[in-house]
Amino acid sequence: MRLICPLCGARDRREFTWVGAAELLPRPAPGGDLVAWLHLRENPAGPLDELWLHSAGCGALLRARRDTRSHATAGLVLAGGAR
Amino acid sequence: MNGIDPGQPIRFHFDGRAVQGFAGDTVASALLRAGQRLVARSFKYHRPRGVVSLGSDEPSALVTLGRGAAQTPNQRATMVEIHEGLEVFSQNAWPSLARDLQAVNDLAAPFLGAGFYYKTFLWPRRAWFRLYEPIIRRAAGLGALSGLPDRGQDEKAFAFCDLLVIGAGPAGLMAALTAARAGADVILADEGAVMGGRLLYETEDLGGMPATAWVAAALAELAGWPNVRLMPRTTVTGVYDHGTFAALERLPAGSPQRPRECFWRIVATRAVLATGAGERMIAFPGNDRPGVMLAGAVRGYLNRFGVLAGRRVVVFAANDDAHRTARDLAGAGAAVVVVDPRPEAVALGDYPLRAGSEVVATRGRAALSSVALRDAGGRVEWIAADCLAVSGGWNPTLQLACHLGAKPHWDEAVGGFLMAPDAVPGMAFAGAVAGVFSTRAALSAGIRAGAEAARALGLAPIDPDLPAASDAAGAMRLVWQVAAPGRAFVDLANDVTVKDLVLAAAEGMGAPEHAKRYTTQGMAPDQGRGSNTTALAVLADATASALAAGGTTTARPPFVPVSISAMGAGGAGRGFAPVRVTPAHAAALARGAVMIEAGPWLRASHFLRLGESGWAESCAREVAYVRHAVAVADVSSLSRFDIQGPDAAEFLQRICTNTITTLKPGHARYTLLLREDGQVMEDGPLVHLEPGRFWLYTSSGSGEAVRRHLELAAQGYWPDLRLRIFDATENWAQFAIAGPRARELLAQTLDSLPDLAFMGAAPVSAGGARGWLMRISYSGELGYELVLPARYGDAAFRALCDAAEALGGGAYGLEAMNVLRIEKGFLTHAEIDGRVSAEDLGLGRMLRASGGHIGAEMAARPAFAEAGRKQLVGLRPLAKAMPIAAGGHLFAQGAVLAPENDLGHVTSACDSPTLGHALALALLRDGRGRHGETLRLWDGLRGTDQLVEVTAPTAYDPEGGRARG
Repeated sequence: MRLICPLCGARDRREFTWVGAAELLPRPAPGGDLVAWLHLRENPAGPLDELWLHSAGCGALLRARRDTRSHATAGLVLAGGAR
Repeated sequence: MNGIDPGQPIRFHFDGRAVQGFAGDTVASALLRAGQRLVARSFKYHRPRGVVSLGSDEPSALVTLGRGAAQTPNQRATMVEIHEGLEVFSQNAWPSLARDLQAVNDLAAPFLGAGFYYKTFLWPRRAWFRLYEPIIRRAAGLGALSGLPDRGQDEKAFAFCDLLVIGAGPAGLMAALTAARAGADVILADEGAVMGGRLLYETEDLGGMPATAWVAAALAELAGWPNVRLMPRTTVTGVYDHGTFAALERLPAGSPQRPRECFWRIVATRAVLATGAGERMIAFPGNDRPGVMLAGAVRGYLNRFGVLAGRRVVVFAANDDAHRTARDLAGAGAAVVVVDPRPEAVALGDYPLRAGSEVVATRGRAALSSVALRDAGGRVEWIAADCLAVSGGWNPTLQLACHLGAKPHWDEAVGGFLMAPDAVPGMAFAGAVAGVFSTRAALSAGIRAGAEAARALGLAPIDPDLPAASDAAGAMRLVWQVAAPGRAFVDLANDVTVKDLVLAAAEGMGAPEHAKRYTTQGMAPDQGRGSNTTALAVLADATASALAAGGTTTARPPFVPVSISAMGAGGAGRGFAPVRVTPAHAAALARGAVMIEAGPWLRASHFLRLGESGWAESCAREVAYVRHAVAVADVSSLSRFDIQGPDAAEFLQRICTNTITTLKPGHARYTLLLREDGQVMEDGPLVHLEPGRFWLYTSSGSGEAVRRHLELAAQGYWPDLRLRIFDATENWAQFAIAGPRARELLAQTLDSLPDLAFMGAAPVSAGGARGWLMRISYSGELGYELVLPARYGDAAFRALCDAAEALGGGAYGLEAMNVLRIEKGFLTHAEIDGRVSAEDLGLGRMLRASGGHIGAEMAARPAFAEAGRKQLVGLRPLAKAMPIAAGGHLFAQGAVLAPENDLGHVTSACDSPTLGHALALALLRDGRGRHGETLRLWDGLRGTDQLVEVTAPTAYDPEGGRARG
C-alpha cells in the first residue's frame, strides 16, 4: 500500500503510523459527549476518513479517505490545514 | 535442442547416484534423459511419481536439495538448474524411493478417502494431538528441514519502475519492447532461467527465423536499453495495493558466496500480466504413474532439452495443440499413437490416430508400461507405452490477478477462467492469460498492453511491426474426466481423486471452498494450479450445476512457495530489529558494562568488576556508591521532546496534568500525561530551559507512542497554537550524577557550577562544550543530570566516571537504578501499565483542580473513585531473608487461591542493599488502607509462597530530605 504525502510524495505505507479515525477531529469542547467521541466508531466496508502520521518521514499529521475494501485512498491533506 | 550445451557436461547426484546432464538442464530434464522416471513418492498414498510438467506448477516431482544446514526441501525438479556437485534427494520415502514401506497406505486407500481424518480420529478426543496427528503428519508428508540454523544466505531488495512486465513469453517480450522504446522504466520478470516462455519449447518460426533466435534478438535489444532491467529466475509471488509486488529471485547456484534467493519488493506504476497458461491433466484411472506427463511438457523436453520422455508414446488429448507434440515426437523418431476423443480429429503428421477413443487405464509398477484404450464402441485394447502425454486443455495463469480480491469468470469458448480486463487497477492482461492462445495474437496483445502502459505514463509509444507468427490457436473440446473404474487423480500433489470430490459433493461439501477444505484439493505447495479448474468441473458435474455458476476458490499470495528465510532475509539474530546505542556506549563497554536490551536500546545493566560473581554483587556495589559517595549513569536513551514556540507553555498546559504556565525558565517540574480515557500514559520531568523552549522527558521505550500523542494534539486538536515538536533524543547525551558527593564531582568537571535549587536548570559548559545542568533525582539522593551534545557523550562519560572513582564512587547501571527507585517508590511502566489512574498511583494531587488537560474529564469518572481499585503500595517480606520477585499475586491469609480472591500483584521487586532485605512495589486492592497488614504472596510461576507486610511505597528517606538538601 502507498500513501501520497502532500509534502513528500508517494511513499510506502510502512513510513506512516495509523493514528485513528478522523472523527477524532475536532476534539469535543469540555462537557461534550466524550464517551461516544472516544469509543464509538463506525466500521464501514467502504470509504473511511482516517488520520495518518508520516512518522518515518516529515512528521506531518495527514487526513485521508481510504476505501476499506480496496485500500484506494483519495488525496491526503494536512490534518490541521497548512501552517 | 536449443537450451542445453552438449559441450558442457555437468555431474550431479540423485539419491547418491551420479547423473550426467549438460549446462542448461534442469534436474527434471537431466533425470528424464538419464531414464530416471521414478522421482518421488506421493503425499498421502506414497504412490510412485515422476515428472509431470515443465515449470513451477509441477505437482509431483518435489525433491530435497543439499544436506546439513543447506538442506532445502520441496524444491520442484522442473525449476532447479543443475550444477557441478549438486546433491538431490527424493523425499517422503523410507527406506528408499524404490521400496517405500509406507506405500501400504495405498492398499488402505479405500478407507482413506476425503474427510477420513475428520470421521475416524474423533475419539478419544485427547488422542488426536498425542497420537493420531503425529502419526498422520509423519506418514503424509513432504520433505523435511534439517533443524540446523540457517546460514542466512538470502537477501532482500527493493526496486521501482514505471512498468512491471510479469512473464517474458511472446506477449511479455512485446510489451516490454514497446514500452522500453517509448522511454518507460521497465522491469521484465520471468521465472525461467532463460526468458522466452513458451517460445523456447516450440519449433515454429517467428519473424522469419527460429523462435529462439527471435527471442535472443529481443532480449539483446532489451538488455541494451538503460531503462530496462531484466530479471530472469524471478517469480512474482504477490500483488499488493497500489502497484506493490513481491518477487522471489533464485540466484544461479554453484558459488557459496552468493545468496541463494533474493526477495524483492517492487513498486510499479503500471503492470502487464503475461503469465501465459498452464496445461491441465485429464482425470482418468492410473493418470499418476511415472511416465504420464503433460503433452506440452513432453514437447518442451524434446525441443528445448533434446530429451525424449519415451520411445513409445501415447498422446491423449482432445485439442489440436497436443497433436503438435505427436508431430514433433514422431519427427524425433518416437513411436507415437494419438488418442483423441473427438471423432472428427485429424492427424497433424505421420502417426496413427485413434479418433473417438479415450484412455481408461494404465499399468506399470514403478513406471508406465502399458495403456488401455477404449473406442467409441466400448472395446478396450492395451498397448505398450513408456510415456503417456496428456492434455486436458490450458488454464490461464491468472492467480496473480486474484490477489487483490478480483474474481475470475468461466469462459466456455476459451475453456478456462478469465479476468475482466479492468479487474486489477493499473494491471493489463496480455496473451494466453487473457485467453488468446496463438503466438500472433499474443504478440499483438503484448504490443497493445505495452503501448497502453506507455501512454498512461505520459509517453508516446510507436507501435512496432508485428513479426510474422503462427495464427493457429487450435480447436479443442473440453474433456475433464473419463468414466471408468479405478482411481482417477485430480490433484496429484495432494492425492485427491475424482471419487474424493464426488464424495465431498454427496456429503454436502460441494461448494468450491468447502470441497477444497474437505478434500485438501488445491492445498498443496502448487496451490492446485494444474488441478483447480478440473476439480471445479468434477464438482459441477457431481452437483449437476454449471461450472460458470460455482465460482472458484481463492488464490492468495504467494504464487509459488517462498521460504521464510528469503522473506525474512537479514532478520535473524541482530537483524531482527534495529538496535539503538547511546553516545557513551563504547565508553561504558570499556568500563566493563554488561548490556541488556531496554526496548530498542542497549543499556548498561551493571558494570562488572574483576572478582564479582555476577550482576547482583555489582548492583549492590553501585547502589552503595549512590547512597554513600557519587555515581554516574548514562540516561541518554530517555526520550526527549524539544518543544518550542510562543504557545509551547499553553500547549503543555493542555497535555500535562499539573500547572505548567507557572513554570518559570530555569526550572523543572515532575509531570504526568494522561491518555484521552483518563488512564496514566506517562510520567517524567518537564524542563523549561529558556522562554518558549521546553524539554519533555518520557521513558526510553515509549517515545513513539508519546510522539504520536503530542503530534495528534499539536497538528490535529490545536493547529492554531504556534509551536513545533522535535524528538531530540539522539542529539544529546545525558548523565545522571547522584550521591552525597555529586556537587563535588560537578565542581571538578564543569567549567563553572551554577548554584541550583532542587528542580532547577541552567546552561553550563564542560571543557568548553555547552549544555544544560538540571537538578533532578530519580534515586532519592542529591542528584543532577548533565546534558551535553551527543558528540561529547563518550568523553564526558569517561571523565565523569574517572572523577566519581576518585571520590569513592563510579558508574552505575540499570539494575542499580531500578533498586534505587524501588527504595524510593518511584514509577516505571511496570506500574504505569495502562490500567491505572493517577489516584491509584498516589499521584492524585498532580491533577490540577481546574482541569482542561487531555484526559481530565475522563479521569473524573466515578469508576476512578470507587472502592476496590488497585493502589500502589510497598511490600517487605515478613521473614527478612526471603527474596521477592515481580509477578506474584497477593491474597488475604487463609483465603482460597482463586482468581476471585486475588487482591493484586507485585509490579517491581529487588533486594535492597541499603535496607538489607527484599523490597517490592505492588498494585493492591484498596492498598492505601492496608498499610501494616500481613498478606500472603503466592507466585505460582516460581513456586514461592510467603507472607509480606504492606507498607507505604517509599521505603527509604520518605521525607525526601536527601534529594533536596
